[in-house]
Amino acid sequence: MYRYDEFDAHFVSARVEQFRDQVRRRLAGDLTEDQFKPLRLMNGVYLQLHAYMLRIAIPYGTLDARQMRRLAHIARTYDRGYGHFTTRQNIQFNWPRLKDIPDILEQLAEVEMHAIQTSGNCIRNVTADHFSGAAADEIVDPRPYAEILRQWSSLHPEFSFLPRKFKIAVTGAPHDRAAVQVHDIGLQAVRGADGNIGFTVFVGGGLGRTPMVGRKVRDFLPEEDLLAYSEAILRVYNRYGRRDNKYKARIKILVHETGLETLKADIEREFEEIRGGVLDLPQAEIDRIVGYFAPPELDAGADDEAFERAVAADPALAAFAECNVHAHHGAGHASITISLKPVGKAPGDATAEQMEVVADLAERYGHNEIRVSHEQNLVLPHVRKSDIPAVFAVLVGAGLGDANAGLVTDIIACPGMDYCALATARSIPVAQRISERFASLQRQRDIGDLKIKISGCINACGHHHVGHIGILGVEKKGEEYYQITLGGSADENTSVGEIIGRGFSYDEIVDAIEKVVDTYVDLRSDPAEDFLAAYRRVGDAPFKEALYGSA
Amino acid sequence: MKALTANRLIDGEVVWLGRAGQWVETLDVARLLENAEAIAEAEALGIEAVAQRLIVEPYLIDLRREDNEIVPVRFRERIRAKGPTTRLDLGKQARREVSAA
Repeated sequence: MYRYDEFDAHFVSARVEQFRDQVRRRLAGDLTEDQFKPLRLMNGVYLQLHAYMLRIAIPYGTLDARQMRRLAHIARTYDRGYGHFTTRQNIQFNWPRLKDIPDILEQLAEVEMHAIQTSGNCIRNVTADHFSGAAADEIVDPRPYAEILRQWSSLHPEFSFLPRKFKIAVTGAPHDRAAVQVHDIGLQAVRGADGNIGFTVFVGGGLGRTPMVGRKVRDFLPEEDLLAYSEAILRVYNRYGRRDNKYKARIKILVHETGLETLKADIEREFEEIRGGVLDLPQAEIDRIVGYFAPPELDAGADDEAFERAVAADPALAAFAECNVHAHHGAGHASITISLKPVGKAPGDATAEQMEVVADLAERYGHNEIRVSHEQNLVLPHVRKSDIPAVFAVLVGAGLGDANAGLVTDIIACPGMDYCALATARSIPVAQRISERFASLQRQRDIGDLKIKISGCINACGHHHVGHIGILGVEKKGEEYYQITLGGSADENTSVGEIIGRGFSYDEIVDAIEKVVDTYVDLRSDPAEDFLAAYRRVGDAPFKEALYGSA
Repeated sequence: MKALTANRLIDGEVVWLGRAGQWVETLDVARLLENAEAIAEAEALGIEAVAQRLIVEPYLIDLRREDNEIVPVRFRERIRAKGPTTRLDLGKQARREVSAA
């Protein structure tokens, strides 16, 4: 894992002291709310529906047991005993008191954590594949590049007041688990003909009220040009991005309004100015950062035998193995998804006790590594397969053993109107009711891979546009109303879902979703054809017919 | 019928302007604003409380009477007055004096 050097440690603790002073000045009356608000947002502090909310960065979704225990401690001491893992690999606490937040940040700094770049119009916390450094299909661990981008972007003087927020995601595998094509910059690591690492670069992806799939601006960007090229993109955006209308201020709108070819030319021109200068990445520096992310020393004698015997003897473990155990590059090892989607519970929520259970498991069985996925689950990236039965037993005991990763109840949902000041409808209870409807694991397994994503307003934090089934909650005449989109996807074949027709009330939406799912099950060519493939084959007509009857 | 609501600066707690001009933590003891004069007076108190650093972002909400109970018209404000609909153990709804009322 990355470890803070002296500069990082000083930077983070200095920020805590700065914010402590800002809170003091706010409470003393030396700062007005208008003056204070941008300062608190630079430290992840929002004012939400019921209270302040603190969003803490988990850079590229990686943390260790000590950090997880500290989050549990904060949940218990300063909040209401739980935290909410988000769709950008962060964690949010929903109930902190403003006067306590400097202490919380100090406690975080002690374990090399912070809330910087989790809000505001800056380059946000860079996200990465949650199986980074572990996945069998990986070309390269993307986290060193995410960390290099983090170092470049933190306090970057030119990019601290962008037209709007700016999100970057990196994946090191051909199968994109980091949704890079719906980010402002999406980077997909590739190996060039000469064996060197580079990136396919996408620009202008994003969700929100104007969903757009990122456009490819480079097939192969050599790794040494990563920062120079990123800087070129940001410069073009900073210069031409709209500041007159916040809803048209993201780079996706600039790409759309300027046209891809013109914008590409602008970026390349800027890049020509920058390249060959201080932003060229020296190999020694890449190697130094890569060193921090060196894979753990795996047990060379590990094999699959004991695990396979255990799976054959235990159907519950077999179900877990099928959905929540993922191929690892190391023989006899696997990555494990810990589902934060137990049936009937709020997606992404974990209690302090559950965080501690995960921390203990990571230490005992997982080389002290934990990941947060943008799908709001946790991951133990490096587990010996022979240890999986023991890990599974502990997870089941902690209410974390749901074998539903990737299935219909593995729902992404934003906090929605139960917590969020911007929301226009609730998300969490819709997710809970859908998961209760599909509670039977047998039925879930029969349905197969299916991603339902729910947002409680058009800002789309629940990624509904890229759900195989997306649900958008809006307010209509004072009532919650839910629009269904079908056919979205956020992998290497990213697509934006299409609205199927008129929306449904809070009471009707679960029946409607069940109809869509049942329609798919009836029409699939064989059980191996998943929802998305079936939808892409047949189109929306059968689903329209099922939901609305023939017109 | 309206009430003036805000969040308390120091801890974010949802509050409403109370009958005696204090800032109260439950809607049932909020000051009900029935006419333009009462609204203007409440808004002035809100501006004053902001200046005194008691509250942030005060705004008016619409209320209506429902089975002898005063409830916010907007669902969002009903959630704000009670707590998350999915966690009855959190927010104001979890307080003994509220659930007993």
